[in-house]
Amino acid sequence: MSSAHTKTEHGHTDHNYLNHGSGIWSWMTTLDHKRIGLMYFATVATLFLIGGFFALGIRLHLAKFGAEPLLDPDTYNKFMTFHGAIMVFMVIIPGIPAFLGNFVLPIQLGAKDVAFPRLNLASYYIFIAGAAIAASSMIFNQVDTGWTFYTPYSTAKTGNGVILLVLGAFTMGFSSILTGLNFIVTTHKLRAPGMTMDRIPLMIWALYSTSIIQILATPILAITLLLIGAEKTLGVGIFDPDLGGDPVLFQHFFWFYSHPAVYIMILPAMGVISELITAFSKKTIFGYRAIAYSSVAIAAVSFLVWGHHMFVSGQSTLAGIIFSIITMFVGVPTAIKLFNWISTMYRGTVTFEAPMLFALGFMFLFTIGGLTGVFLASTGMDVHFHDTYFVVAHFHYVMVGGTLMALMGGIYYWFPKMFGRMTSDLGGRISWVLIFTGFNVTFFPQFVLGAMGMPRRYFDYLPEYTNLNQISTVGSWLIGLGFLVGLITIIHGIFKGEKASDNPWGAKTLEWQTSSPPPHENFINTPTVTAGPYDFR
Amino acid sequence: MSWSSLIPATSFMPIQATEIAKEVDLLYAFLIISSLVSFVILIGGMTWFLIKFKRTSLDQKSAYITHNNFAEFLWSFIPLVIMMGIFYWGMVIFEKLRTPPEDIAAEIHVTGEQWAWTYRYANGKEFYSSANEPMIVPAGKATKLILTSKDVIHSFYVPAFRTKQDAVPGKLTQLWFEPKQPGEYIVFCTEYCGTKHSGMMIKIKAIPSEEYAAWYHAEKKGADTPADLGKVLFAQKGCAGCHSIDGTRVVGPTMKGLFESERKFTDGSKTKADENYLRESILVSTAKIVETYSPVMPPFQGQLSDVEVANLIEYIKSIK
Repeated sequence: MSSAHTKTEHGHTDHNYLNHGSGIWSWMTTLDHKRIGLMYFATVATLFLIGGFFALGIRLHLAKFGAEPLLDPDTYNKFMTFHGAIMVFMVIIPGIPAFLGNFVLPIQLGAKDVAFPRLNLASYYIFIAGAAIAASSMIFNQVDTGWTFYTPYSTAKTGNGVILLVLGAFTMGFSSILTGLNFIVTTHKLRAPGMTMDRIPLMIWALYSTSIIQILATPILAITLLLIGAEKTLGVGIFDPDLGGDPVLFQHFFWFYSHPAVYIMILPAMGVISELITAFSKKTIFGYRAIAYSSVAIAAVSFLVWGHHMFVSGQSTLAGIIFSIITMFVGVPTAIKLFNWISTMYRGTVTFEAPMLFALGFMFLFTIGGLTGVFLASTGMDVHFHDTYFVVAHFHYVMVGGTLMALMGGIYYWFPKMFGRMTSDLGGRISWVLIFTGFNVTFFPQFVLGAMGMPRRYFDYLPEYTNLNQISTVGSWLIGLGFLVGLITIIHGIFKGEKASDNPWGAKTLEWQTSSPPPHENFINTPTVTAGPYDFR
Repeated sequence: MSWSSLIPATSFMPIQATEIAKEVDLLYAFLIISSLVSFVILIGGMTWFLIKFKRTSLDQKSAYITHNNFAEFLWSFIPLVIMMGIFYWGMVIFEKLRTPPEDIAAEIHVTGEQWAWTYRYANGKEFYSSANEPMIVPAGKATKLILTSKDVIHSFYVPAFRTKQDAVPGKLTQLWFEPKQPGEYIVFCTEYCGTKHSGMMIKIKAIPSEEYAAWYHAEKKGADTPADLGKVLFAQKGCAGCHSIDGTRVVGPTMKGLFESERKFTDGSKTKADENYLRESILVSTAKIVETYSPVMPPFQGQLSDVEVANLIEYIKSIK
């Protein structure tokens, strides 16, 4: 930032947030957003390993290498359910906002902390409680509904473990709502002097749009999940046709949350990418306003497209057509972002450290994910692809290829700020090559499988699908290996990494104007802002 | 042979067993091409910039460009136009997939359950599915399925026909297709339905229509047709007390010519009397009240099985 910001004369051995108070208890009771962010990091990473274990199990089973199937059908269905539920509710949704967002947002705004630090800590414990309740469903009872809990299967035909999983997701929803609320208030009230709304970094715009979706959409999921519990325990008859209910009503409720939730997952990732592209091109972001407003536009339109999950559910043809045309509108702000990021590189001076590689990987994979989304938005085409592996491939390209690539890029990018040390760039690059290659080997064949007609959530399949499934499984091992290398790189970086300077990437946003790691309240003197966030002149 | 067969990706699609399958694949080929072009523009452009503007020395300066209104307008407007085109093309196909033609050669009630399908023909032939009991349909003629489910949601997916429809308990949905050639086509369940979801497969066997007629009229499996059974039920449940079958006005509307006629209701709305309307009127009789009548019929929700309702519907359909 070409602003008259404060130069800190703090070195690395001095007082910082990591050594501000010591012992486990000082972490567990901390109100510091940076420490809470790191606690989310540890939690989400652990859950990611568990979700990843189920993913590898699913893929290994589907490779059919042995004569005997690896899993029995019920176990396979549980694996499929836990993989989905953990990755969606406990990894991708909280990943960027609760972890990176918590760490970065107040510093980028030049604030000392979020607006409600105690609420922030409470959100973390609510999340832990929800995750624990959800995890207990794994131990106590059969849950095999898939993460979508479609009725009447979930309410009438499967075990009571669903209630625990649903209760866990319900609880985690509160964490999501409270974090969103906290971010909105922080963004409005705690910006540094001079930081007008058109000078906030694009990461903040993305988190801000996400927060709006979180506080508006999550309550709907909460109510829907409560209704499942009520239906199952009390038989209230909202969804069960035997009691006069409508099973398709559940799908409307569910997707009314879960479609916007897709943008809770991808918008923060877009925020991270905006930061990375500009920092590693050493150039002002192209079309700041277009990127900022397109985030808000995506958030707004996201509420009007839920019916595109239901083109073959029995909803009317007209409804299908209306949802199709509105869904097409989402493509425009998404295209705007991609074009803007690419234009940012034009006449820049680009370098290729690990975080940038992840950003470029994001662009590559997200472009494929976005384009295949158009296939599914087109009604006549979707009838063939709905609930096939084409859909599985599409949303993995968007959510894993998009969100997880951005999350990894964000971790490598802000790592020096978090720990005051650098990660091994070589380690980061190796993990990138493995994840990127493995990802394409795993999921690209699934587009073909979908076109061939292989339905999703299948324990077994026709012989003609075997080869592609085996290729896909081999790819999944590369991804697993890539994340393992990434984990080792990160742990090595925390303990043995080279000392980081305050601004190792030469970026302009405020978090790079304080020391690495920052002091307890982020800045010694409150910074004053006099220009936009990416002023590389 | 068309330009779309030049796209290798379309070769992954199942065989085109219907006319609509060809149309779907044409759209698919177009989407593949336009995606490839977009991908090359985006990722190719990105790669070119990365190579051209790679940082080579430490004191290099980047250009200072904040935005360009003309470029931004173009890359918002052009994708919008393309996507509206794709929307429209998809809609045209969707409406064909969802609108059965006038002349239906075979109409089959299909009921899903964990983990099988039952299909009942208009003359009472009834089959409990398994892989060796295919659904027989005429080739070269349209077949209409009326779908429902006994327990959870299932979905009837025929890859070779590029069509799919959920079978929802408590509701009737429909699906139609016209296989061009005799042959066997696989049907998957595509709505997750529990343990043996992936094993819930059947085959549709299309046979020449003369053969179909012979098969259809050969010895029946059931004793009576659904319409016959429905007639008995109509008498047993006392329906005839309020509904005439000869057009006379009594307490309730007559059944004569009711099916597919336009109904006007006391709240001013209108609908065509299809299977779902009949079903709703039997089970939740006060949902829609025909103009000039009073809501006096008791609801039959919970008193009739799905099969009984289907039989009644078939009987009502037969009162022309």
